Amino acid sequence: MNFDDTPQEAEFRATARAWIGANAPGQYEDELRKSSLGRTVLKSANILEVAKAWQKKKADAGWACLHWPKEYGGRGSTPIERVIWQQEEGPFGQLSRMFIIGHGMCGPTMMAFAREEHKRSYLPPLASGEKIWCQLFSEPAGGSDVAGLRTRAERDGDDWVINGQKIWTSGAHYSDYGILLTRTDPTVPKHKGLTMFFLDMKSPGVEVRPIKQASGASDFNEVYFTNVRIPDHQRLGEVGDGWNVSLTTLMNERSAIGAAVSTGFPELFEYCSSLMLDDGPAIEDRAVRSKLANWAVKASGLKYTSMRAISSLSKGERPGPENSIGKLVAGSMIQDVATYALDLQGASGVVSGEDAELAGRFQAMLLRAPGTRVEGGTDEIMRNIIAERVLGLPGDIRVDKDVPFSKIPTKGRG
Amino acid sequence: MNFDFSDDQKQLRDQARKFLTEKCSPKAVRIVLDGKAPYDKELWKGLAEMGFLGVAIPEEFGGAGAGHLELCVIAEEMGRANAPVPFSSTVYLAAEALLIAGSDAQKKKWLPTIASGEAIGTLALFEGKGNPAPKNVRLTAANGVLNGVKRPVADGAIADFAVVAARTGSSGRDGDISLFLVDLKGGGVEVKSLTNLDPTRGQAEISFRDCKAEPLGGAGEGWSILCQVLDRAAVLCAFEQVGGSDRALEMGRDYALDRIAFGRQIGSFQAVKHMLADMYVSATLARSNSYYGAWALSTNAAELPEAAAAARISATQAFQHCAKNNIQVHGGMGFTWEFDCHMYYRRANAMALGLGSLSYWEDQLIDRMRKKNAA
Repeated sequence: MNFDDTPQEAEFRATARAWIGANAPGQYEDELRKSSLGRTVLKSANILEVAKAWQKKKADAGWACLHWPKEYGGRGSTPIERVIWQQEEGPFGQLSRMFIIGHGMCGPTMMAFAREEHKRSYLPPLASGEKIWCQLFSEPAGGSDVAGLRTRAERDGDDWVINGQKIWTSGAHYSDYGILLTRTDPTVPKHKGLTMFFLDMKSPGVEVRPIKQASGASDFNEVYFTNVRIPDHQRLGEVGDGWNVSLTTLMNERSAIGAAVSTGFPELFEYCSSLMLDDGPAIEDRAVRSKLANWAVKASGLKYTSMRAISSLSKGERPGPENSIGKLVAGSMIQDVATYALDLQGASGVVSGEDAELAGRFQAMLLRAPGTRVEGGTDEIMRNIIAERVLGLPGDIRVDKDVPFSKIPTKGRG
Repeated sequence: MNFDFSDDQKQLRDQARKFLTEKCSPKAVRIVLDGKAPYDKELWKGLAEMGFLGVAIPEEFGGAGAGHLELCVIAEEMGRANAPVPFSSTVYLAAEALLIAGSDAQKKKWLPTIASGEAIGTLALFEGKGNPAPKNVRLTAANGVLNGVKRPVADGAIADFAVVAARTGSSGRDGDISLFLVDLKGGGVEVKSLTNLDPTRGQAEISFRDCKAEPLGGAGEGWSILCQVLDRAAVLCAFEQVGGSDRALEMGRDYALDRIAFGRQIGSFQAVKHMLADMYVSATLARSNSYYGAWALSTNAAELPEAAAAARISATQAFQHCAKNNIQVHGGMGFTWEFDCHMYYRRANAMALGLGSLSYWEDQLIDRMRKKNAA
């Protein structure tokens, strides 16, 4: 049991570290380090421009999309090298946020299902950050139940005509392309009538509207499709096989190992270390210490769970399902941490924004936190996944399983 | 990075599991649970023969000289099997104290008898309510004799010797405490068994009246030695707790698959599934924290105090959580003496107190994290 690199890993780390040291946009390091959930990452510059420039620089030197094959703009690295890169990239990894969906989900789906000429033309600019991609799955009527989506695709000659609405699409407002899951046959049970496409987000009939979130910010969008035409050669997988194609996409989302999840704990520990309460330093207070200790072991537990997964990668094994707990634990923890940080501030905790304690860091975290427990799979879906795939418990009894999609009720009452 | 046990260590774990599945079935545990024997003597003998008791004791003192990672994997299996033997008292506490502070003669006298299963040892620290603290040690040592009462002492009624924490000064500092080694079969010792939460591991009160004792470690070094022993034992107990958590989770999962209610497996209800998923989450966090503790223990890393406290808290919480919800999944049957669920519930809650309570370790963890940050 050790934390040491193998000689090859150490060599890779040294090369990566040297290149990052010489090339990363160091002027933003401080700001990136101080970012936390719910906080705008960069104030001194347009983050999209900074991120695209950093991604392009990486791509030109062969450091973009490490796990992708070289012919599609990647480096052909091993999974463990990808983890080492993330560790070395440190705060600059924040600049990859707008590429995560494209690189982690859309790219792998294209690799598995697109025509070769499409792969060669679309993937390299996706890797280099010149083109940004989004994923259009969720709908008002299909969140956790993605297969309940209603956006229609109807065949018309060599094209498909799309009508409907997507929601919760991250980055749709700055995306160039997207992968789109549609319903092509409502007369068969819901999982069987789906088909996947990719499309140009600038196509006529695509309208992107930002959603104003409960936090007041806008990270996501609604996307409306009105008679949008997609050529059939942009179909991914067979007609009616969209559900299986989407599973490839989602599996890639969940297999991202070693990506740090935000728990809010380092921020809270730092805050309590200097905070004075009415009767002395917060860190001396028994109740505060008990709370901190409980969160400390969750944060360290997640960290070492991730290290265990990385070790499996290092040995060339597939990591176990342990890593699926990260989002579930961190999501509700950061919400509790933020709530407690405000409790420590007393009545003044109600003040948010730049005038507030720590410029409103924990207030912003609190308001953004509910989203973390929903996005990318709700807490309840994550628990189902653990129960079914890890513990082997039965799947939910599905009353809509063998019912044609068009016969499934659409309203709970009335 | 290889943040995992080696193949040899995993093989040892499999070997221990196989041995304990055969020799330490729930039926065997119940003989001790029902008060028909103070501990499982046959199992103890078998553990000695397998080399498990002395796995971390150097060969020159009669052990296998393997190491603490090997001891961790065995500890996990002991916890999983709910073994009714004085393993933690003898191996994690007494043997560790001897390894850290014993003279060559003391090690030669006691360590081989631990490894061979002839001697049971324990640590006599607590004196009634309260957590580990120098001020809570009132038993006195003067002119080579001890006077005072220790309670509870784990496995005190079956132990052959004890490491005893005694007061040798009154400055109010840690240096007031010294450790002594006492042959419990000699004079001046009175032992009384105490009923306790977990009858598969005995607790006793030991009174010392002008009891002869020899120093273990230097005068006034007792507290610093004890802190090291408790940290090391915290990691090892965490592995027992991880083993127990996994077993309780498995029992709950199996029952949820087998039991039918409302015409379906109860494991198909989300209320039950999610309870089991949460148990898995606790057990996984505990395992990962414990692995870090194992690394720190086996390398004597400067991080050991912090790692030990984190492993202790995480594993205590996980075992309590899994043991109590295992009963909940079982419903009424889980609350019968006949079902095994309560054995894990008892063990989980007894283990949560044995080295000092959860709140004590929470306090320790924050102190240690602050020290690290200040350094």
